[in-house]
Amino acid sequence: MSDARPDSRSAILARLRAAGSGGPLPDLDTAVLERRRWTPAERVRRLRQGMEAIHAEFLEARPDDWPAVIRAFCEREGLRTLLFGPTTEAGRRLAEAMAGSATTLRPYDAPVETFKAELFQSVDAGFTTTLGGVAETGGLLLAPGPREPRLLSLVPPLHLALLRASTIHDTLWSAIRALGWGQAAPQNALMISGPSKTADIEQTLAYGVHGPKRLVVALVDDLPGSPK
Amino acid sequence: MHGETDMNEGGPSGRFAPSASPLVHPHVVTERSPATTSDLSFRASAAKALGDVQLRANFRRAMDGLMAKRAAQFPDPGDLQELRDLGTAVRARSLLRLPELLEQLEASCSRNGIQVHWAETCDQANALILGLLQAKGATRLVKGKSMVSEEMHLNAFLESHGIESLESDLGEYIIQLDHETPSHIIMPAIHKNKGQIARQFSQKIKDAKYTEDVDELTALARKVLRQKFLEADAGLSGVNFAVAETGTLCLVENEGNGRMSTHVPPLHIAVMGLEKVVARLEDVAPLYALLTRSATGQPVSTYFNLISGPRAEGEKDGPREVHLVILDNGRSRIYGDPQLQATLRCIRCGACMNHCPVYTRVGGHAYEAVYPGPIGKILTPQMEGVGLRHDLIHGSSLCGACSEVCPVEIPIPDILVRLRREATHADAGSKVAGKGTGRTAAEDLAWRAWAAVLKRPGLYRFSVWFATRFRRFIPGGLPLLKAWTMSRTKPLPAPRSLQERLRSEGLPRV
Ligand code: SF4
Repeated sequence: MSDARPDSRSAILARLRAAGSGGPLPDLDTAVLERRRWTPAERVRRLRQGMEAIHAEFLEARPDDWPAVIRAFCEREGLRTLLFGPTTEAGRRLAEAMAGSATTLRPYDAPVETFKAELFQSVDAGFTTTLGGVAETGGLLLAPGPREPRLLSLVPPLHLALLRASTIHDTLWSAIRALGWGQAAPQNALMISGPSKTADIEQTLAYGVHGPKRLVVALVDDLPGSPK
Repeated sequence: MHGETDMNEGGPSGRFAPSASPLVHPHVVTERSPATTSDLSFRASAAKALGDVQLRANFRRAMDGLMAKRAAQFPDPGDLQELRDLGTAVRARSLLRLPELLEQLEASCSRNGIQVHWAETCDQANALILGLLQAKGATRLVKGKSMVSEEMHLNAFLESHGIESLESDLGEYIIQLDHETPSHIIMPAIHKNKGQIARQFSQKIKDAKYTEDVDELTALARKVLRQKFLEADAGLSGVNFAVAETGTLCLVENEGNGRMSTHVPPLHIAVMGLEKVVARLEDVAPLYALLTRSATGQPVSTYFNLISGPRAEGEKDGPREVHLVILDNGRSRIYGDPQLQATLRCIRCGACMNHCPVYTRVGGHAYEAVYPGPIGKILTPQMEGVGLRHDLIHGSSLCGACSEVCPVEIPIPDILVRLRREATHADAGSKVAGKGTGRTAAEDLAWRAWAAVLKRPGLYRFSVWFATRFRRFIPGGLPLLKAWTMSRTKPLPAPRSLQERLRSEGLPRV
């Protein structure tokens, strides 16, 4: 271990050990978390409600037309550049659909050091996929990595996220379990529920303080029984 | 802008604001030498704060809003109690296994490529961080919100070594501009209103025009700070929860400055108090649910960021190095006491201060401590010495509002009572910092006189006779009586004692 002061480490641990064990571990009764369950359609409704309450925006799409929906949105908003991860399946489909668009797709395919100033100053939006969502409170689950870098959902002023309705979990707790994050946590994982915000001035909400000013979710209705 | 050393300006926080000397905290007390005397006086600063009408209005409005928002998030008292029980059990379990979990955390982090360091004192932690920065030649540090770094007075320490240490949380940024300390652990600038902030921005931010529009003020800060994120050599953050099994650092925030500080610069240093560890990642979920709702009445924060390692092979961004500094600073001593250990369950939600009738009236700076409010009243004296911070442990009506809302059920009033006792008469085997040093000669004398009177029936009867007959003539300004009569009417003894009355009713002497 890189510890420069093994003496501090052992001194601290020795003091903690000297305190002795305070008895048996109390049980964890998770019933209050397990109870929170909804049908797939209700999960979608709850997620939207929770996220819209804190200014996330939604685009409705189907499995076959979401790239076109995103293209239309980008053009409608007059976005000049959209940063994306080119090697995901969704990234490839988006690239196809954006061919010839007024919005330029910019692949995030090189280390950030090669274009950091550009990333901060002249990228209008970033596109990411998601691993799912959280119905209870609203929220998107992401695990940035080599294919979709960490700053994609953070630095551009608009974050465009693709969410498939079938991947929405009941709670954060059930999502962590279902995704296996407790066994092998991704290098970076996160939940995002809205655009960046603050209430540090007189408790008045202001959006877009450091991160994205807008969070736009392309919600793909892929629930069984929904019109294809 | 952030390098000045004249940090001791007036205002309620003036005396406690960090100075530029390396040993910045004038009242830091190490394990070995709890100080016993001080000019810190919660009584005096509280009295001063009570006279500040604007300050009281700022806090009253904010606290009323926060209480209402929290209540709205817990509509079902049964569910709330179940969730609190679960959160309490998670924290209690973590503490019961604290040494093992810390070792496991260290091993998991190392496996993930996060380098772990241990610091017994704030000085050690500061020196460690300075070393990490200097090794990389870093001179510009951006910070996410971290109360532990406030505890360390890290900014002043780094500035004194020529390193810019810039707060990027909007509230922290606002108070750093004025060289103030946080007045609330969640909303550091809550004591200021927008007029004050507008004036400050127009004076201190280059090319800023005066505006009271909150969106425009926020945009101003955004512009300044984005440039700082871009240029920073290193980022520093706190840790809300550290997961032993997976080696994950969890950060809860709304602004995104935490993500900026931890993902943009090439070096990320995280600091945590050693109590922050939990066993499993899923254990964090109920704590998170309690934290955001209790703190600001939000069901969810904008970001919940889980960091389990530096930039991996193939990743295009993220820090090249991540370091975790685990700080003790008195915590292992608190841990050694079975009752006081509950203090370490705290998840720093701030609900206890939002609901505290004392905090609401005097605000955070009156406590002259990094952690104000009820949690501060039990934590600060345990860290700095119960004698030194005697005023804090007595500055409570023991109404219990804090423990009623605390998401992890810390019995704050019970701990206050225990600390009051420890301050004057240490329990056997007590490890409390500064135990027994809160006694005063006058108080001792009064108790000795009391004991002497009660042991001598004749003297006792005479005293009672005297007090009842001359009851109106006892001066309210007597040394100990004055503590009571300062803000209350003088208690008036009955004209005759109970014994006298019983005798006159014909009952035998007892
Ligand atoms: S003592 Fe309880 S209420 Fe106060 S900050 Fe800590 S967890 Fe929150």
